[in-house]
Amino acid sequence: MKKLLFISLLMLSLSLYAQDKIEITGEDYQNKGVEMADVMRSNGKIYVLTGIIGIVLGGILVYVVQTDRKITNLEKQYNELS
Amino acid sequence: MKATWWKVLAVALLAYTLIAGLLADVPRLPILNETVRALYFHVSMWFSMVIMLTVGVVYSIKYLRNGRLEDDDMALEFTNGAILFGVIGIATGSLWAKFTWGAYWTNDPKLNAAAIGLLMYFAYLILRNSLTDIFQRAKISAVYSIFAYAAFIPLIFILPRLTDSLHPGNGGNPGFNAYDMDSQLRMVFYPAVIGWALLGTWVSTLRVRYRRLARKMEEKMINQ
Repeated sequence: MKKLLFISLLMLSLSLYAQDKIEITGEDYQNKGVEMADVMRSNGKIYVLTGIIGIVLGGILVYVVQTDRKITNLEKQYNELS
Repeated sequence: MKATWWKVLAVALLAYTLIAGLLADVPRLPILNETVRALYFHVSMWFSMVIMLTVGVVYSIKYLRNGRLEDDDMALEFTNGAILFGVIGIATGSLWAKFTWGAYWTNDPKLNAAAIGLLMYFAYLILRNSLTDIFQRAKISAVYSIFAYAAFIPLIFILPRLTDSLHPGNGGNPGFNAYDMDSQLRMVFYPAVIGWALLGTWVSTLRVRYRRLARKMEEKMINQ
């Protein structure tokens, strides 16, 4: 009897344990109770931030493109030599 | 410059990742707040790392099959790029953890497995550089890379799922479920993964071309 009770309680607790994941729903997008960067949106500073990170990414990409060009030039020069 | 379509695609996808990743609507979740957007930058690092490691392993097998040093160049440089993404992934994850879990590092199964995986790949570089004969170096590191890959994938994708973890996407079978991501997040996440992986491929192929050119120059000098 004790064993049965123990097993049933264990199963109950296991099923409760499995419930700790919460699905993302459409309501989560409207939940104003959670603090987000709304101020940055309202005064437009989030766009400044996007611009700044955009410049960082753009700079890195320009650097990669230039490296690519340099290697292509070297490859051409080598092929002309040989 | 060889302006191939995939380099243009990489730039376009990264621009989209940045703009949509920072500005598009995200679910308002407690504790996470705006950091949910790190999904596009932290998680995509690891996905790109795995993609690039896979390319590295394919070229390692190719090297073992036909012994061309050009394949060893590809294997090494794609693994190098993957390690860079892994280091960025672990650093961004650590920062994210500080502000959501409260500590830079916890002894979580996922985190420790990721750290072990990275150490295995650091050992790959040390192993390579400790060998002087180029053919021996290429062969031994190709074999090591296959074993490291076979340990890395279970370490970060399977073992943390067998136990419970703080890290999302673990414990049970979380792959592609609705708990950690929804369709709106995926619309930025998958392009982000492809964009970062293409950027990694770009940088890796640049270094491969440099290596091949340097080898040709060296051979020419010897033959003169």
